[in-house]
This record gives sequence, C-alpha cells and structure tokens, in this order.
Amino acid sequence: MNAIPVTEPRLSKVSARDVNVYYGQKHALKHVDLDIRPNDVTALIGPSGCGKSTFLRCINRMNDLIDTAQVTGSLTLDGDDVYDKNIDVVQLRARVGMVFQKPNPFPKSIYDNVAYGPRIHGMARDQAELDEIVMGSLEKAGLLAEVKDRLEETGTGLSGGQQQRLCIARAIAVAPEVILMDEPCSALDPIATAKVEELIDELRENFTIVIVTHSMQQAARVSQRTAFFHLGELVEVGDTEQIFTNPQHPLTQGYITGRFG
Amino acid sequence: MVEKAIAVTPAQAAASRLKQRYAAERRFKALGISAIVLALGFLALLLITILSNGLTAFVQTNIRVDVTLDAETLGVDPVKPSADALAAANYGQVIKNAMYKAFPTVESRPERRQLAALVSSGADVGLRKMLVANPSLLGSTQSVWLVADDDVDMAMKGHITRTAGAEGSRLTDAQLGWLDALEKKGDVAKKFNTALFTVGDSREPEQAGLWGAVVGSFFSLSITLLVCFPLGVATAVYLEEFAPKNRWTDLIEVNINNLAAVPSVVFGLLGLAIFLNFFGFPRSAPLVGGLVLALISLPTIIIAGRAAMKAVPPSIREAALGLGASKLQMVTDHVLPLSMPGILTGTILGMAHALGETAPLLMIGMVAFIVDIPASPLDPSAVLPVQVYLWADSPERAFVERTSAAIMVLLFFLGMMNVVAILLRKKFERRW
Repeated sequence: MNAIPVTEPRLSKVSARDVNVYYGQKHALKHVDLDIRPNDVTALIGPSGCGKSTFLRCINRMNDLIDTAQVTGSLTLDGDDVYDKNIDVVQLRARVGMVFQKPNPFPKSIYDNVAYGPRIHGMARDQAELDEIVMGSLEKAGLLAEVKDRLEETGTGLSGGQQQRLCIARAIAVAPEVILMDEPCSALDPIATAKVEELIDELRENFTIVIVTHSMQQAARVSQRTAFFHLGELVEVGDTEQIFTNPQHPLTQGYITGRFG
Repeated sequence: MVEKAIAVTPAQAAASRLKQRYAAERRFKALGISAIVLALGFLALLLITILSNGLTAFVQTNIRVDVTLDAETLGVDPVKPSADALAAANYGQVIKNAMYKAFPTVESRPERRQLAALVSSGADVGLRKMLVANPSLLGSTQSVWLVADDDVDMAMKGHITRTAGAEGSRLTDAQLGWLDALEKKGDVAKKFNTALFTVGDSREPEQAGLWGAVVGSFFSLSITLLVCFPLGVATAVYLEEFAPKNRWTDLIEVNINNLAAVPSVVFGLLGLAIFLNFFGFPRSAPLVGGLVLALISLPTIIIAGRAAMKAVPPSIREAALGLGASKLQMVTDHVLPLSMPGILTGTILGMAHALGETAPLLMIGMVAFIVDIPASPLDPSAVLPVQVYLWADSPERAFVERTSAAIMVLLFFLGMMNVVAILLRKKFERRW
C-alpha cells in the first residue's frame, strides 16, 4: 500500500481513502485508497473474488442492498462523503449511474426504458422535453439509428448488444456524472463488444467511467487508468499503458502475463 | 491380458447397464401413466355420479290444467280489484277447483285432497304472478302449466316406482291413476326448472332454489376479496421487499405458512368468538362469512404473492435502484406490475378455495334455513356449499337430485374462476 501514486484532489472525481467492506465476517475489501480522475475511463481488473465489483458497488452504494455488507473508511464524490448520513442514496444514484453485467432492460417499450429515469427524477417539464432527453440518450448510446422506428416495441426484444446499449442509454438519460460498468460486455459477442467499447470511448467526453472487466485486452483498449485488485487489496494503480507495459508489482506482472487469474 | 478377455468386456457390461437403465425408465413411465389413469378414473367416476344424479334436477314436471280465475273464489272485487287484493287472493282454491273439474268423478273429501296434492302447494305463486301482471285475465279461464308436487316429479322421472300398490311409492293408487290419465291427455310435461335458479331455499323440493345461496356466496366472496386482496398484497410486499431479514420476520413467515395449514373450522370458531361474540355482527350474514373466509385465504394470497415477487429477476430491481428509483418506486413501477399475474392467480385460487369452504361457515350460523334472497351482506343468507350440505341432509327423494345439481352449479363457478386464473396468467405472462 505504500507505492500508490495519489493524484491531486482537484483532479479526482471519486476518491477512496482506507475503504473497507465486510460481508458479515468476510473482509472483502481491505484498506483501499484510490482516486478516479474525471473524464477518464478507469478499469478495475483482477481475478474473480478480488473485490473489484465490491469497490464499484461502493461508489453508488448498491452494497446497501446486501443486509450483511458494512463499509468503513471515506469515499467521496466531488468532495461529498458518499456514506454521509445526510446523503440521499436516491440522489447519489442519480449522480452515479450503473450498467450491469447482464443486460437488464425493463420489460417495457424502448422509449419507456429510457424515459423511466428522467420521469422519476422529474427532469422533463413536458412531453417534448422528455422526447428530447430520450432521443438524445439513444443517440449518445449509438442506438437511435437502429431503433428509431420501433420505440414502442419492448426493450427485451432487442439483441443482447442492443439491450446493453439500451441500458447505457437508460443510464445516461439521468445525466449522471459517473457511470459504473460491471463487466458490461461479458454477456456479449465480439461484434457487440466492439460497439460497446467504441461507445465507452465516446462517452468519456461527458462522463467519468469506471469499468470492471475480466478481459485485459478490453482494459487495455478502453481505459486510461487501470487498477489491479487482488484478494481484496488494491495492488497497483496507474496509467493503463504503464500497468500493461511496465507493472511495478510482481502480482500485477503475474496477472497480466497470464501466470494466474 | 488373458484374464481380461475371459471376464465380461467393458462394452458388454455397459450394454447390460444400458438395458437395465432403459427397463427402469420404462417401469417408471408405466407407473406414472397408471397413476394418472387411476386419478382420471376417480375424477370421471365422481363427475358421472354427480351428472347422473343431478341432471334431472334441471327439469321439473308440470301439470296443465284449465284454471278459471273467478273473482268470487279468489275473493276479490270482480270489477275493479286492487293490486293488494290480487296479490293476497286465494289462488290455492282456484287451483283446487281446476283439479276437481279435470276429474269430475272424484267426489269424496279424502280423494279430492289427494287429487289436489298432485300439484305443488307452491303452484299458486306462478298463478298470482300471472294475474298481478295482467289483471284483465280476471274472470277468464286459462290453460296453465302448474308445478307438480315433488312426489309426482320423482315418479315421472322414474326415481320412485309408478307401479300401483308397490312398496315405496309415495303416491296412492288413485293418484297414479289420475297421473296416467293426465299423461295420456298430454297434460304432464317436464319443463326447465326455473325455480332452481330464481328462488331461495324451501322445505318443498319443487320450490327450492339456489339463487339465495348464489347471491350469498357472491356477497361473501366480495367481502373476502375486498379484505384479503389489499391486506395480502401489502403484507407480501412488505415481507418480500422491505422487511429486514431477522428472527422476527422469520417467525412471522413460519407463522403465515402454518396458518395456511390450520383446519378451516378453527377459523370458524375464531370468527364466532371475534366477529359474532365480541363485535356483535349479525349471525348468518355474508359479512361475517366473508371476513372468516378472508382469514382463511389470507395466507394463501400472501404466500402466492411472495412467490410471484420472488420470481421477478433481481436484475430488474437493481436496474431500477441503479437509476435512482426509491424502493417504493421500484416496487410500484416494476415489481408489482411484473408479479401481478402471479398474485392474481393466487388470489383467484384462494377465492375458489373460499367459495367451496363449508365448515367455518357452519360455526358462524350460516347453516340456518333461509328462504329470502339476501339484499345486502348484512342479511342472513346461505352460501352454495352450505346449501349442498343442507339439501344433502333433507329426507325428501327430490333433494337428492337437487343436491347434485347444486354441486354442479358450485363446480361450474369453481371452474369459471380457474379458467379466469389461467387466462390471466396466459395474458400477462412475460418472458425474460
């Protein structure tokens, strides 16, 4: 934990200091210090069960849903303590969107899928504004051209890759600052994966993205920063290029060269 | 190597194992098929018994006579009879006179009484309705079909013997002779038994109907639905989505599951103690019946509701929460709509269960003999299964077929409810 390069505070969107997560007796995440820079794609890599998804779910407090989960330490979003008692988790999740491993569109129309977030947050004053948000989000997610003639069809009828981009459109419709992606491509074929990766690169302009991935190629392709987790500890974090070409820690080296994983 | 060649080769052993496996599978299939055949056989036997016993109850023997609606016998003013007078007039005597006229040779009083007894003592009701609706018929002679007595009905349907002098006949030889004469003239016919579906209970089988019980069941089930659907769904939502998982909620869950297995008569005693004795609600009323039935179906609905909500994939919950929906929004916008078909199916099955429930209703006095059609859930009333119970207990032969007919009507409603449940499930079923 001594060689972690800590970025300057003003350059960090999300900042974790000594974050620990316990699932009951299990110490799942140990003393993690990590800064996530704005408008970067930060990849979290590591073998299964290393705590990368757990860390991701700390940022928008999805861990609250697990009764036994307990989080200590400080985690801030733009300087606001995410785990502060005064923070409303609903507001927080509007600021930190999430895309899940398995595409999970609502069994409603494509339009309603995207419109749901803006509706519950009262982001549109009238139908025209809502239409604008929905179309804009679908456009940004690179899906508009494919679905603009069938917005009333159910979202579950799309292909897997389209469903995942629909989920991304749904997430960005709420205009979050950070988007968390939990292995967004693990259920997709290579072509759909390529499209989503391309999309992630475009989204970087407007959003800060944290992505958990099992594919090191993907991490190398889409991210600017990479953090390597192992057994609940953050082993190494740095620029993606440096991590993949010149890892400092022997564990990182072992993992990215495929000696374990 | 030599020893191996002598022993059974692995290929042979595998072949024999395969044969055994197939044989076991065939045995298992045969067992399953015979179990199904046996079950279907029992079901068919049950249905055939009910149908063969009860189908004849849907028709009723009627006797045609020429009735003279003479004002003097009726005891009303011949020129301008008031409606009240017409309603209260002596139609029984008019019918008796008509019967005497049909058989003028019968003169002794006992014989005349027997003759008049061929027609139901309730036959005057139809006649009164006719005259009240059309007072201009006063003074005329009308050929009308009158409901026959239940013994005549049974004889015509062959349920009791028509051989003169035979043992077990409830009709005298003279009555049988008159019946034969009437039949020869074509004045005896079986007509659709409208009374069965329009009036309430009666001590006279030919006048007994199910309508009071149908209305009573309807009121009871409405109360049940009103009470247990909102209560059951709210409980299921809270336990499934909001309640913390701790020892208390475990205890509550175990208790709800156990409640579903409590004998229903116990709920009847509970209803007697609480609703009748403590709250002082009216006895025999569908209100109390409905409340007791609600207690019985509540666990079913809660369990079905929780199962339906459990079947909604967690990914949908995560998606909603991840967008910043509150827990309540997640439930009302996603979980409830998606689980509604399951909840509705469970509710309808719970209702169907409640419709067939008898024992708890006996406890709260719904077993009373009630002739009137209930006008509100506060009036004393019968319900269908209790009506079946009451009729099955009656000694008259004609109630045997009516019992089966009542069972058929009950089964019809149960079947309809199940069909609705299936249609709902089909309509709202979603694939992920």
